[in-house]
Amino acid sequence: MPEEASTRKLTIARAMAEAIAQEMRVDERVFVMGEDIAALGGVFGNTRGLLDEFGDKRIRDTPISETAFMGAATGAAMDGMRPVVELMFVDFMGVCFDAIYNCMAKNVYFSGGSFKVPVVLMTSTGGGYSDAGQHSQCLYGSFAHLPGMKVVSPSNARDAKGLMTAAIRDDNPVVFMYHKGLQGMGWLGTEPAAIVPVPEETFTTPIGKAAVVREGSDVTIVGLAMGVHHGLRAAEQLAERGVSAEVLDLRSLVPLDREAIIASVAKTGRLIVVDEDYQSYGVTGEIIATVVEHDVRLLESSPQRVAYPDVPIPFSRPLEQFCLPNADKIVAAYDAMGH
Amino acid sequence: MQPGRAEKRWMYETMLLSRRYEEAIEKIYLEGKQPRFDMAAGPIPGEMHLSNGQEPCAVGVIAHLEAHDTVTATHRPHHQAIAKGVDLKEMTAEIFGKKAGLSGGRGGHMHLLDPRVNFVCSGIIAQGLGPALGAALSRTMQGKPGVAVAFIGEGAVNQGAFHETMNLAALWNLPLIVVVEDNAWGISVSKKDSTAVERNHVRAAAYGIPGHFVPDNDPIAIYDVAGEAIARARRGEGPTLIEIETDRLAGHFMGDAEQYRPEGEKDALFARDPIPRLRDQMLAAGELSAEDVASIDAAVARRIDEAVAFARESPYPEPSDALEHAFHPVT
Ligand SMILES: Cc1ncc(C[n+]2csc(CCOP(=O)(O)OP(=O)(O)O)c2C)c(N)n1
Repeated sequence: MPEEASTRKLTIARAMAEAIAQEMRVDERVFVMGEDIAALGGVFGNTRGLLDEFGDKRIRDTPISETAFMGAATGAAMDGMRPVVELMFVDFMGVCFDAIYNCMAKNVYFSGGSFKVPVVLMTSTGGGYSDAGQHSQCLYGSFAHLPGMKVVSPSNARDAKGLMTAAIRDDNPVVFMYHKGLQGMGWLGTEPAAIVPVPEETFTTPIGKAAVVREGSDVTIVGLAMGVHHGLRAAEQLAERGVSAEVLDLRSLVPLDREAIIASVAKTGRLIVVDEDYQSYGVTGEIIATVVEHDVRLLESSPQRVAYPDVPIPFSRPLEQFCLPNADKIVAAYDAMGH
Repeated sequence: MQPGRAEKRWMYETMLLSRRYEEAIEKIYLEGKQPRFDMAAGPIPGEMHLSNGQEPCAVGVIAHLEAHDTVTATHRPHHQAIAKGVDLKEMTAEIFGKKAGLSGGRGGHMHLLDPRVNFVCSGIIAQGLGPALGAALSRTMQGKPGVAVAFIGEGAVNQGAFHETMNLAALWNLPLIVVVEDNAWGISVSKKDSTAVERNHVRAAAYGIPGHFVPDNDPIAIYDVAGEAIARARRGEGPTLIEIETDRLAGHFMGDAEQYRPEGEKDALFARDPIPRLRDQMLAAGELSAEDVASIDAAVARRIDEAVAFARESPYPEPSDALEHAFHPVT
C-alpha cells in the first residue's frame, strides 16, 4: 500500500464504490448486479454514483431473485466476466446458498483449476440497531467454513478500498462482508474510527494478511470488522489500568493469517477473540484452535471469547445489547483470565 | 360475492383502524429520531415498513377467514395482522420491544407471530409461501377445517419459492390462496424493471390453477374475488392466485427519501386513497351515516390510544431474557 499522501477521509461505503469504479474504468469485464444497487446506489451506499458513470448495462438492478443472479455471477465469471454481485443482507444467503457454496465456491476445484471464478460477492453484516433476527446476523463462520471462497471483512475505509480492489482482481470467489455499523451511513449510527484517510490512487490490500492495529505486550485481542473497534476501546480501558493490549485486525478470514495470530500470542501469552457471529462452531473457536494446535505452551491462561450467544438475534434493544460484544465484555474477559 | 352491510362496515372500520394505527406508529417511530435519523434511537428502533394504502387487500380477503385459518404475511404485516385479529395491545408492545409483546420483544415489527389466530410473518421475501403451503397440507392430512392464505408483494413472485409453492399446491390440490399485493415497487425497483410479464396473475396458467386480477385497490372487488377463491379451497377444489393492484402510500421503510418515484406519483396515489373512497360510497348508498362515521372514528382512536398506552407502560424485558426460548421446553 502506498504511503498516505492524502488526508482525504472516506467512509467504507464510499471507499467500496471508489474501488469498484476504478476497476471498472480499466477493466471492461467488471460489472455490478444486485438489488437496489443502481438508482438507489445500494441500500448501504456502496454503489453510489456508479449508475451515472457506467450506465445500466454494467450497473444492473435485479429482481428479488438471488438464486438466479448468484448463479449468473458464477456463470458470467466462468465465461470471462468479473462480476461484483451484492447480497443485500448476509441473512438472505438462505434463499441462494446452493448457488454460492455448491457452485461458485467449488467450480475452480471441480475443473481441476482450469476454470477461473472471479466473483466478488459483497454483503452486509451485523446488528446493533434492532433489525431483529433475519437482518442482523454476521454469519462469518458459515462462509469461512465452506471451502472455495476467500472471505474478507474490513474495519476501516482504507482496508475496504484495498481489499475490494484485490477482490476484483482475484481469480477466485471473494466474499466481501461489510458491517452495517461501519458503513458511515448516519442512519445506522457511525463508527468514526472506520472513516480514515484513503489514497485516491488504486492500491490493493493483500487478502490473507492481518494487521496489528495497536501494539501491546500483555494480551492479544483478535477481531474483525466491528470487533476491532470494540477491541481498540477495550485496549484503551485496559491501558488506564496499566495493561498493554495488542489488537489484531484479521481483515481476512480465508485465508487466515495464522502466523500473525501466533506471533502476537507468542509475545503476549494471552488471547481474547471477539466476534459478533454466533459463538459455537465459529471464528472464535478457529482462532483459539490455531494457537493451541501450534503450541499450547504459548498461553499463560485459558483463552477467552467474546462472541454472540447461540440464540437468534432479538429485536428488543435491551435484549440485543445484552447479547452483542462490547469493550466492557472484553475487559471482563481479561479479568476472568486470572493474573 | 358481495359483502353484507355488517361485513362492509367491518371492512371500513378495520381499514381505518389499520391506517390510524400506522399514523400513530409513524409519529412514535420518529420520536428520538429527529433532527438526525438514527434507526437505533427512540421507543421504536429498527426498520419500519408501513402498509398504508394496502388496507383493502387485507380486509377484502380476511373478511372471509376464521381464526383457525392460517395467514402468512411479510415484512409489511400490520394491515393483515390487524384484520386477522392479532391482539392490538400485544402487537404494539411487541413493536416497542416490550415484555408484554407477542414474543416478549424477540421478534419486533417484522416478526409478529400469534398462534391464537394462526398468524405468522417473515422478513425474508417469499418465505411465507412454504409455511402457508404446509398449513394447507396439514389441514388436509388432519382432516381439520381451514385454508391458508399467503400474502406477498409483487417482488416476491420473482423468487423460486413462489414457483415451487404454486406447483406443489396445484399438484397436491391444497387449500392455499396466494395473494399478491402489487404496489408497483420493490424498494427502489419498479415492477416493470423487475418483472418479465405485465400482470402476475397470468402465471397461474403455468400451474393449471385459476388466476385473478383485481384492479384499482377496491376492497369490494377484492372481497368478491377472494370469497370465490376461499369457498373453492374450502370445497377441496384447490389453490388460487389473486393479484391485487394496490398502492404503497409511504416509503419502502421509514426514512426512505423515495427519490426514485416519478414526479407527482405520490399525489396521484393519495388522490385515490381507498379509505375515503369506501366511506363516501357507503355514505352515498346509505350504508353509513355521518354519526356512524364519527362513532367509528372515536372507537378506532380509543383502541389505538389503549394499545399505545399499554405498550408505553409495559416494562422492557430483562436483558438476559434474550437467552430464553431458542428451544421449546421439553414437555
Ligand atoms: C430474500 C430477500 N431478498 C431481499 C430482501 C430485501 N427486501 C426487503 S423488502 C424488499 C422489496 C420487496 O418488494 P415486494 O415483495 O414487492 O413487497 P413490498 O415491499 O412492496 O411490500 C426487498 C428486496 C429480503 N427481505 N429478502
